[in-house]
Amino acid sequence: MYPIPSSEITPREIFERRREFLRAAAASFGALGTPALAGEKLPATSPPNLAPNPGPYSTRETLTPYKAVTGYNNFYEFGTDKTDPEREAQRLRTRPWTVRVEGLAQRPRSFGIEELLKLAPLEDRIYRLRCVEGWSMVIPWIGYPLSHLLKTVGPLGSAKYVEFVSATQPDAMPELRRRVLDWPYTEGLRLDEALHPLTLLVFGLYGEALPKQNGAPLRIVVPWKYGFKSAKSIVAIRLVETQPSTSWVKANPDEYGFYSNVNPAVDHPRWSQARERRLGEFLKRETLPFNGYGEQVAGLYSGMDLKKYF
Amino acid sequence: MKAASVKNPSATTIAAVKAGLFLVCLLPLAHLGWGAWQDDLGANPIEFVTRGLGTWTLNFLLITLTVTPLRRLSGWHWLLRLRRMLGLFVFFYACLHLTSYLWWDQFFDWHAIGKDIVKRPFITVGMAAFLLTAALALTSNAWAIRRLGGRRWQELHRSIYAIAILAVLHYSWLVKKDLFLPVLYFALVALLLGMRAYWRNQERQAQLAGKYLHPRRGRVIPIMVKPGRLHE
Repeated sequence: MYPIPSSEITPREIFERRREFLRAAAASFGALGTPALAGEKLPATSPPNLAPNPGPYSTRETLTPYKAVTGYNNFYEFGTDKTDPEREAQRLRTRPWTVRVEGLAQRPRSFGIEELLKLAPLEDRIYRLRCVEGWSMVIPWIGYPLSHLLKTVGPLGSAKYVEFVSATQPDAMPELRRRVLDWPYTEGLRLDEALHPLTLLVFGLYGEALPKQNGAPLRIVVPWKYGFKSAKSIVAIRLVETQPSTSWVKANPDEYGFYSNVNPAVDHPRWSQARERRLGEFLKRETLPFNGYGEQVAGLYSGMDLKKYF
Repeated sequence: MKAASVKNPSATTIAAVKAGLFLVCLLPLAHLGWGAWQDDLGANPIEFVTRGLGTWTLNFLLITLTVTPLRRLSGWHWLLRLRRMLGLFVFFYACLHLTSYLWWDQFFDWHAIGKDIVKRPFITVGMAAFLLTAALALTSNAWAIRRLGGRRWQELHRSIYAIAILAVLHYSWLVKKDLFLPVLYFALVALLLGMRAYWRNQERQAQLAGKYLHPRRGRVIPIMVKPGRLHE
């Protein structure tokens, strides 16, 4: 991320951190092969500016510590307290794992997780994540744009939306019995949102395989929308013609919209969305429209009343 | 003079119980303070502290409301002498909870706070509960009882029932989806208030029937305490 012109001497702080750089690079390359995905995690202090191949969309903001990223999660199948998933999700079975990509596609079929890992080159993407509850994080994800997968199956012209279905493993997910939400957890995007280069199919974070509480073995990440739009532990991706009815919309349509773009001007009915607490920071910060990705995605919504389509 | 017993403890025993309870009531705060000192409050420590203080305000509210039924069921009338202190701890934790909101959530942005109070039902209800609690705390001394007169004082202090309902509403509206705990608190408040309603109704019926006797114990234990003896 630091520009290091070849003609110049390596900046001192980079030179002094070269071990960390090498370790980060090694972990990242390791992530390309499956066995290494389960390997050692990077220390939480790994400097964000040394992430290899950061790609065009990575933020340079300070990373949220690994401990917070993996210990403070909403994954209601494992409990509604944010400390529940880290403890409860470890029973989730992530191998073997297949993802059905079905519906309005020219070549619908199932993909094994190993096959999906090799479908496209993995990239590091440091994204902001804004939760509807008013907190946010900065997370280094590993994945590739979802569009690679969707283009592999070839959406038909009639496909307008994409529906994501999360896993249900009753013996591993204690909360399925409580029906806090309508299981299986489903989420959805409009096809153009799903094909947007920011929308990531994610297999890892912080240089290691996705921890189970973060949605192992694969999830999507849609950084300009509230966190719950980014479905975890996905088992099916459906191309459909009509807007899918998603779990949170079913639970409370007045409070959770299908779009759920991060929007400081549209409050949640019960709390303001104008500001957020970045985990690790004391003062709250202003929330940015589209979580700061407006330049890339605002065009998707031109002409739409985002107060109505919240 | 009667011998001291669990039913009728000596003044020294009551003083000791009171002092012990005072320290116990500070434990939740000490626990949060220790967590802060050890940097062990989770990934979102400010939210953790604000929620923790809110939860303990609610807990102390329920504990305070338990004194009367407990006294009635056990016959330990001296329990009443702990009630003011417990009630003041409700106010103490409510003050800390409110401060955490005003400071760490809003950073004393009075414009935003005003908007919150007007626009967000759960803040409106929480503020109303706090103001009522403050009114009760300020009139919790003997001077206020004399000044208001026992009956008016008691009428005012019955607003603790309203506070309990407002407080649970405040909590339940904050929860995104899983209403298990709010419903549990609602059930406890309903139980505590329901017991009172049941007893009142029984006494009223007994009075109407001309019987001034408690159906089981053979005597009426008045819910209303004689003015001036409220805090003994």
